[in-house]
Order: sequence, then structure tokens, then C-alpha cells
Amino acid sequence: MADDAIRCDACPVLCYIKPGRTGSCDRYGNRDGQLVRLDPHVMLEQAQSRGESLVPFLGKSEEWDGALVRDGQTFVTAIGAGTTYPDYKPAPFIISSEVAGVDMVTVVTEGIFSYCGVKLKIDTDRHLGAECSTVRSQGEAVGHVTTGEYGSQMLSLGGVRHLTGGSRHEGTATCDTLTNLCNGKAVELKIEGGAKVVVQADKAPIVDGNQEERMRVGCGSATIGMFAKQWFGKVDEVVVVDDHITGVLSEHQAGKLLGVPETGIKMRGRRSTPGRYFKVAEPGTSWGGTNISDPLSILAPFDPKVARVGLRLLMVSTTGEQFAYFELDEALRPAEKELPGVLRESVARIRENCEPALCTVLFMGGAGGSLRAGVTENPVKLTHSVRDALTRVTCGGAPVYVWPGGGITIMVDVSRMPENAFGYVPTPALVAPIEFTMKLSDYATLGGYMDHVRTLSSIQRKDDGRKRVTPRADNPWPLRKAGASE
Amino acid sequence: MKSRAQVRMLPDGRRLHLHDGPIDLIVEAFGTAVAIDQAYAAATARFVDVLDELCGELAFLRRPTQIGGPLPNGPIARRMVAAVEPFAASTFITPMAAVAGAVAEEILFAMTSAAELSRAYVNDGGDIALYLSPRQSCVVGMVERPDRPSLFGTATIEFDQSVRGIATSGWRGRSFSLGIADAVTVLADTASMADAAASIIANAVDLPEHPAITRVAACELAPDSDLGSRMVTQRVGDLRSDEIDEALLAGVLLAERLRDAGLICAAALSLQGEIRTFDIRQQGLKPIRKNSHDRSGEPLRHPKAAALQANDGRFVDARG
Repeated sequence: MADDAIRCDACPVLCYIKPGRTGSCDRYGNRDGQLVRLDPHVMLEQAQSRGESLVPFLGKSEEWDGALVRDGQTFVTAIGAGTTYPDYKPAPFIISSEVAGVDMVTVVTEGIFSYCGVKLKIDTDRHLGAECSTVRSQGEAVGHVTTGEYGSQMLSLGGVRHLTGGSRHEGTATCDTLTNLCNGKAVELKIEGGAKVVVQADKAPIVDGNQEERMRVGCGSATIGMFAKQWFGKVDEVVVVDDHITGVLSEHQAGKLLGVPETGIKMRGRRSTPGRYFKVAEPGTSWGGTNISDPLSILAPFDPKVARVGLRLLMVSTTGEQFAYFELDEALRPAEKELPGVLRESVARIRENCEPALCTVLFMGGAGGSLRAGVTENPVKLTHSVRDALTRVTCGGAPVYVWPGGGITIMVDVSRMPENAFGYVPTPALVAPIEFTMKLSDYATLGGYMDHVRTLSSIQRKDDGRKRVTPRADNPWPLRKAGASE
Repeated sequence: MKSRAQVRMLPDGRRLHLHDGPIDLIVEAFGTAVAIDQAYAAATARFVDVLDELCGELAFLRRPTQIGGPLPNGPIARRMVAAVEPFAASTFITPMAAVAGAVAEEILFAMTSAAELSRAYVNDGGDIALYLSPRQSCVVGMVERPDRPSLFGTATIEFDQSVRGIATSGWRGRSFSLGIADAVTVLADTASMADAAASIIANAVDLPEHPAITRVAACELAPDSDLGSRMVTQRVGDLRSDEIDEALLAGVLLAERLRDAGLICAAALSLQGEIRTFDIRQQGLKPIRKNSHDRSGEPLRHPKAAALQANDGRFVDARG
């Protein structure tokens, strides 16, 4: 055997590779006696004040001269880096670069996460399902409904019990759902006893076929408070219909302060405090997140001792999407009339003050002992280093939130990561990029694989098959100095 | 737990991408949504064992095949041996000449055994195994040079034809070639046979001792190559048109013998812009370039052939 060939141990073919040649996969090669991965592998080019996000910079070597890129301005992400599985060798890429005179090292690996999931925030006031209801995808249980937040419904999807604790089908469907959501694809979820919702990161949810457009401006009571002055004098009574708290102008504190007279209105539902009603209807996907299509169904007959013929009544939802205008007839029954121009403006203003409804997808996963072992010989030291903010964790270059407490449990907004950053293995488990960046001296201290540290220039060549992308302008640069402002 | 293999849907949401070591497959099944899911699950389940299964017998598979010799254990390895055995009497060949086609066949078999599909294909780096149910057809694009994604024609494969395998080989492809063909595409009953035959025909397109051809011993390039010290083509300089004719003729004569023996259905051979096809018209080939010498043009694409495009938009890559 020629002694300048090296043996590649990336897969069981175990090719002998001569200098300047690649193995049978064309992905691993011998470059000056070193085994290198030649796969498209995503790097982030720091773009100065450029607004566009993630412009692919496909390996057009003529357009890019590696020498022009100064250290500290290129960050190697873990996307396509390969994994350390089954953990007997150091992370595929341990890169050093100099940032402001300090040697920085980034340990880059694609982690296999069987403990992982997605926290999904769906901006909608429509009722999606009761808390703890099972969320299904492809007929399989993939998660559950958690709390309702202000203007949003939260779902928790995935987690190790759905991925590997249930049936094979459940695991596969869960893995599929998580991968698709994390890669920015639309996924249809069915909530038991609730709605069918199509969700996609950074896009509006579609609830039972209705595309959500706006978040409510506030609860019904808050809406009364915000708009009472604009309604005063133009209408006698306003009911803001909301699944949570429905507001009634004449009874509400805001109406009282303005001197709005009583109107004899009688609400169904349970009165909380004056002008604020709980449970005027059942939760649903219509008016203000209730199940009503006829707003009058939440009103009892007006009190004939107080009400008068011709009394003007506006009913509106908390997003301004639904509204109706009535005047009391001879029998003191509300009769629908066209919305007068002076009220049109206030309804439009409610709509205008509602923010666009979005789905946000946070990937959550824990860097297990094995993944950490690819970074250092003493994995717990990495945890401590992250905890002490000496080591910065990123996912595909995007910033992450590291949960306090034990282990390295992170959350990351997938829409801030490069496209198609996630993959999966049939275990089933997700493959997600994760990078640890620290000072070279700190890396040595925590027992890093110092003999595997490579300089950026050693992996950065023309025709290296790496894909260069511009990071999102709002992401902090992963290689900034520790302690620099986010 | 075989966590090495990577499995993902391509961004189009239709095709499955399976990757493990040197094996890279693009898979697409057609049928009901349920059937497609079942097929992809079956393909994945089978795929995760493929590389270990092959590597377990790699030493045997890299040795020349002997007629009536010992058989390997793995089902893919047996498909490989069956495909190369007919050539073993007349030429040097190892089962590795059919590895890509055999893997494609095996994964296709896993899918069609698990689900009722109308059509399906497995594209293993340009070597394609095809499944068609009655009245279905499939359009396959053909490339002139595997390193350039320009089509010189398409072949429509109908249910009532026997073709279920397509493979391309040439010295510019991923595997070594003993010949100088830019690409030889073969249509055969199985992908493993197409794969083996394409390698053999591409080897035959040759001008021995020609000074414009640079050859290097395979083991100099890859110490563990199954081709050992055989000289593989690394560069082909400009050839005169009579030389091109002569080289192509050698390949065509061999291809016709293989057709007469019932081993292949049709073939297309290209060398420096010259293209020879035979029986491919009966197999539905429609040339889409008027003049085969026109090498200036934009890459030509046949819209229907997109079904067999590789994940990066390239058509088919070649493999020995």
C-alpha cells in the first residue's frame, strides 16, 4: 500500500485515498494528507449592513477569492458538516479564526437530536382546541395544545416520547412534522376535538380553511378602552365580541367616564366586572374567536324601561374583521343597517392596529453527552463553559436561547437559520446544525481536541464545494467578541 | 441503530433523497398519498442496511467474476453477480460494475413490494431502476457528457416495453473507465444489467495506443480500485473525425452483439460531439438536437424529463 494514501473512516467502505483524490463517495478527500469533507457545506459570509437575508452564494469560484475574506468574517456553520455518530471521533470541523486579536475556535457538528421538539406559537384568537388536546399529523399523535397566550395559541410538538416512545408510525410522523416545520415548510395539524390548522414558520396560520390575517388588537374590554373616545357621540352602544372578555361600552368604566348613558342592553354570558363579560358564547373560529356567526345571538332583549327606538348599536370583533350595525325598531329589536361612514373609520382602525398573524417555530433540543463528546474529551466542561458565557452556541449561525439549569438545552427561531438546515435519521431523530464558539485558550482549558483544530484558510479554498450564504441582517454575528451587545 | 444514513425529502416535497457513504439515491413514487408514504417508508427501511450489507462482502465484490463461481450472500450482491456474469467469459469484469444499478433495483423492489404504485423510479447517480404499471410510461433524458447537463435526446419507456433499467457510463463520470466514450447510455430489462453493459460498452469505445489519450493505472489513483493496475482514461485530446468514427464503431459493434444476445434493448454512445444510437428509435428515442455537432447551444431540457432530474438540477451522472 502506498504510504501517502490515507484511510477514510467516514463510512464502512473505508477507502484508501491518495493525496489530491477523493474516495468513492466524491465527498471525502485527501488534501495534503488530511481527510477533508468536500460536501456542500454552508458558510455565512458576513455582509456589511445588507438587508437581504440568505442570498445563496453558490460555489462560483470565479466570483470569490478566498484571500479577500479576512478571518472573523466567515463563519462555518454545521449545516452539511456531518456528525460525530457514533461519537468516537472529534466533531467534523473544529475551526480557528482570529477575531480582534483573540484566537477563536468554532466546533461545528450536526447533532442528532432524539430529545427535541418544536414550540409553536400560532397568532390567532380562534379556538384551536382545549389545553392538553392531542395534536395529530398524518393521523399520528405528534404533540399537544399547551397554554393560550395573549392573542396566540401555543402548541408543543415532538419530544422524545413521540419520537421514540410510541409506535414506529408515530415516531416517523413526528420526525416528519418537525423536520418540515423546521425547514420552513407548511404542515397540516389536526387538533383532537378542535380545529385543523395549517402552520408554516413566519407565515399566517390557516385555521379550518380560513387564512388568519391579524392578531386581535386586545381583548374586548381593552378594545372598548382604546376606542371609547372615538365612538363617543357617533353611536349609542358598542359591543366588542371576544371569546375571552366581551366589552360593552355603556357599562364599561371607559364609557362611564365619558358619560355614555345606559342603553338597556342585556348581554348573555357571565358578567365579570361592569361592562366585561366572560363566556358570551362557545370558543370557535368566528367572531372574536367565538363560535357565533350571528352577533345578536349573544344579546338578550333590551330592557324596555331604558331602551329607546332608534338607538344605534355597533357590534365588532377584536380584529375588526367582523362588524355589524343596528338600530332599534319600534319593538326595540335591533335591525341591521349599513355601517355609517363615521363608524367605518373606527372599525378600520381596529383592523389597522392588529399585527399580522404569524406562526413562529422554535426548535428546542438538548445537546446530549455524545454530541458534547465530539467537542471535548470532558463533556461537562462544555456545559459549564456555555453556562459561564465563555462559549457561544449557535444553530446554523443563528442565535439561540440557552435554558438555565442543567445540560445544554437550546431554543432557536428556525426562520433565522439558513434554508433546509434540518435533516433526519431513521432512528427517528432530527439532525440539526450546532456550533460552539469560544476562545482558543478556553477550548484548550476545557479539554478540546487541539490537534484537530484547523484554520479557516485550510478549509477554505476555491472549488471547495462549500456554499456561501449571507446571514440574516438581524442575526448577531456568531464570531463577535464575547460580551459584545447582541 | 443505523444513524449514519441520511434521509430527507427534497425541497419539492415529492422526491425522497437517501444518502449513505458513496450511495446517493433520488427516489420518486407515484400513486395514492398512502401508497407513496408506504413506499418511501419501505425504501428507507431497506436503504439503512444497504451499505453495511455491501461492505460486508466488498473484498469478494471487487474480485473478477468467474462463471459458475461462488455466490455472495446479500441480495444486492447477488443481483450484481447475475448482471456481470454474462460478460465474464469474454472480458475482465467485477460485480462492482453493476453496484449502482443493483442498489437502485433493490430499493425499487422494496417499494413495489410494500405498496401499489402507478410508477416509481430510483435514480442512483444516473443509474435508474424503473417501475411502470399498465398503460404508464416514463420519459428519460440522455446526456452527451455526464459532466455537462445537456440533453441530446429523450427516451419514452412504455409499459409494454421490457426496459426497466437505464444506466450511463463514461470516462468523465464518477467511476473509472478503460475507454474514451464521453457517455454510453444503455436501456436494458434491469438497472443492474444496464449498469454492467454501459461500463463494458464504454470500455470498448477506444483507440488503443492513441497518443492523445492519457491513461493512468487505476491503483495509482485509488489504491483499492477493483480495476487494479489496469490503465484508466484520465484525459482525451482532440480526435480527428475518422478516429471518432473508428472508436465509436468498436462500441456499436459490441452493443449490437449484446442486443442480439438479448442482454440489452438499446444504447446511445457519444464521443466528442458525435453520437451513435441504435434501436433506440424503436425504444422511443426522440433526438431533440438537430445537429449533433452543434456544441454551442444552451443546455437542452425536455420538460417531461424533469422527472428524472437529479436533486441539484443535473440530469444524470455516469457511473461505471
